[in-house]
Amino acid sequence: MKIRLDTVVKTFDTFRAVHGVSLDIESGELVALLGPSGSGKTTILRMVAGLEFPDGGAIYFGDENATDIEVRHRGVGFVFQHYALFPHMTVGENIAFGMKVSKTKRSAAEISGRVEHLLRLVQLEGLQDRFPAQISGGQRQRVALARALAVDPKVLLLDEPFGALDANVRRDLRRWLRKIHDELGITTLFVTHDQAEALDLADRVVILDKGKIVQTGTPEEVCRAPASAFVMNFLGDANRLKVTVSGEKAQIQNVTFDAPDIADGPAELFFRPADVTWREDGHGIQATIARVIDRPDSRRVLALTVDGQPIEFDAAPEFPFRADAHGFVEIRRPRVYPA
Amino acid sequence: MARRILPGLPLTLGITLVYVAIIVVLPLGALIFKAASLGPEDYWRIVSSERAMASYRVTILCALAATLFNLVFGLALAWVIVRYRFPGRRFVDALVDLPFALPTAVAGIALTTLFASNGWFGAPLAAIGIKVAYTPLGIIIAMAFTSLPFIVRTVQPVLEELDPALEEAAQTLGASDMEIFLRVILPQLAPALLAGLSLSFARSLGEFGAIIFIAGNQPFETEITALLAFIRLEEYDYPASAAIASVMLFAAFTMLAVTNLLQARALRYTVKG
Repeated sequence: MKIRLDTVVKTFDTFRAVHGVSLDIESGELVALLGPSGSGKTTILRMVAGLEFPDGGAIYFGDENATDIEVRHRGVGFVFQHYALFPHMTVGENIAFGMKVSKTKRSAAEISGRVEHLLRLVQLEGLQDRFPAQISGGQRQRVALARALAVDPKVLLLDEPFGALDANVRRDLRRWLRKIHDELGITTLFVTHDQAEALDLADRVVILDKGKIVQTGTPEEVCRAPASAFVMNFLGDANRLKVTVSGEKAQIQNVTFDAPDIADGPAELFFRPADVTWREDGHGIQATIARVIDRPDSRRVLALTVDGQPIEFDAAPEFPFRADAHGFVEIRRPRVYPA
Repeated sequence: MARRILPGLPLTLGITLVYVAIIVVLPLGALIFKAASLGPEDYWRIVSSERAMASYRVTILCALAATLFNLVFGLALAWVIVRYRFPGRRFVDALVDLPFALPTAVAGIALTTLFASNGWFGAPLAAIGIKVAYTPLGIIIAMAFTSLPFIVRTVQPVLEELDPALEEAAQTLGASDMEIFLRVILPQLAPALLAGLSLSFARSLGEFGAIIFIAGNQPFETEITALLAFIRLEEYDYPASAAIASVMLFAAFTMLAVTNLLQARALRYTVKG
C-alpha cells in the first residue's frame, strides 16, 4: 500500500509539532523517520496511524483519502515503543486479540493456527502461555510485532521499536526485522532517533528537524551528500571549523577548499573524523594535539587549531601520542555550509 | 537469622504484634469467649431465631444491593475524576471522602430528613408511590452513602496508572470502545474493584449509625443485625448479643478471605516466572 502525505500540519496547543510535511512512501518500502526528539517524527507516525488527526493537509492510503478514517478502520499495524502488550493476557491471547475483535469471524482453530504461525515467524514458539511480565524485553517487542501483523495490516508502523533494548539485542532485532520485512513485503514506516538504526534498516531515510523534512534519500545519498549542516552533524560525528568564503572558495589559515554555491562571508567547514590525515610536514591546517581517547579499533585524537578551534580525528591504533605535538591536518571530503 | 540491611525489625515487629493483640485480637477474643459461654444449643437457638434470620437477610441483601450500586456509580465517578478535566473536578474529588469524615449519625439524620415522605426527595418519590425512609430502600441508600469512597479510592489509583498506549494498541487492532472497556480496561481494574467491593460490602454489613435513623427498625422488616445485637445489649443479655455479633464477625471474615483469594487469582499475571 502506497502512502502519501500532502502538506500535513499538526499543532499541539501553541506548539507546532509538524509544519507542512509532504512525503511519498512506495508500496513495500521500508522507510525510517529520523530526527532528534521534538522533531515531530512520532507525531507524523501517529497521524499516519490515525492516533492523531492533522490540523491541515491530507494523508492518502493508495488513492483513498484516509485523513479522517478512524484508527480502528485504517488497517495499520502499530508497534509501540514500550510494547503496550496487554499485561493480563498471555502471549498467545495478545496475538489473537486483533482476530478476536475483528468483524471477520474466525473459528477458534483458525485463530490458534494463525497464532502459532506468527509465533514461528517471530521465533517465539512455545511461549504462548507466558504472560508479558515473564518474558524479556526483546521477546516482548517481537510479540508486539506478531500482534500487529496478526490483523493483516496494509501498513506497518513502528515507534522507536528498539529504543528500550540494550545494544546487542537491538542489532540482532534490526537485522531480523529487515528479514521479516523482505519476506512479507509490507509497507513499513518506523521512527528512530538513532542514525545507525535508520541507516542499517531502511530503504530510504527521511530526516526531520523542528517539524520539517530536511532531507530524504537512500542511506547512501544522505551519507554522501548531506543537504545541510544539521544533517551532516546529525548523521554522525563531524568537525566544524569557522571559515571565510570569497568567490566560491572557503579559506582557513592558508588552506582553501571548494565552496560551490556558497555566498561570500563567514561559513562553516565540516568533515568526518575519519577523513583526516595527520602530517608532521607543511600541508593542511596547523594544529596541536591535546588528548587521545583509545577505542577498540582506533585512536580518537583531540587537537586544537592555532586559533583554538577543536578538531577530532581517528588514527590507527599505532598512532604515537605526544601532548602538544605540532602538525598539520589534511582533510578529505570537506563540505562547506553557510554559517 | 540472616543479616538484614534495614534496621528496626525487632522493634517494629514487637510494637505491631502488641498493638494488633491489644486492639484487634483481644476484643474479638472476648466476643467469642462471651458467645462461647452459651452452650451449643442455646447458641444455635439464638443465632437461628426467626428474628435473627430476618435481620441477616435484611442486612446481607441490602448490603449487596448497596455494593452493586456503588460498583457502577463508584467506578463511573473514579473514571470521570481520572479521565476528564472539568471545572470543579478537584471539588468532586474532595467530596468523595465526605462520607468518611461525616459522623454516620449525622449522615443518617440528613438522609432521613431528605427521604422522609415530606422531605425534598421523599415527597416527589412518595407522589409516584416510592417510599424510601423506613423501608429496606432507605437502608440501601444509607449503606451506599457511607461505603461509596471505598470503591472510588481503590479504583482511582489503578485507573491513573493504566497506560494509554494499551487502549491505543487495542484501537489499532480494530477493537470497539466497548470491547476495549470489557477486554482491556476492566480486567486490569478487576483486582482493585474486588478490593473496593469487599471493603464496601464489609462496611455496609457493619454500618449502624447511619442506618438506624432511616430504617424504621421494624423487627423482621427493616431491622439490621447490628441493631439486634445492640438491642440484646440494652437488655443486658450479653451472651446473646455476643452470639449474634459472632455471626457477623464470621461472615465478614469469610467474605474478606474469599475476596483475597479472588484477588490473588486476578493478579496471577503479574507473577514473574
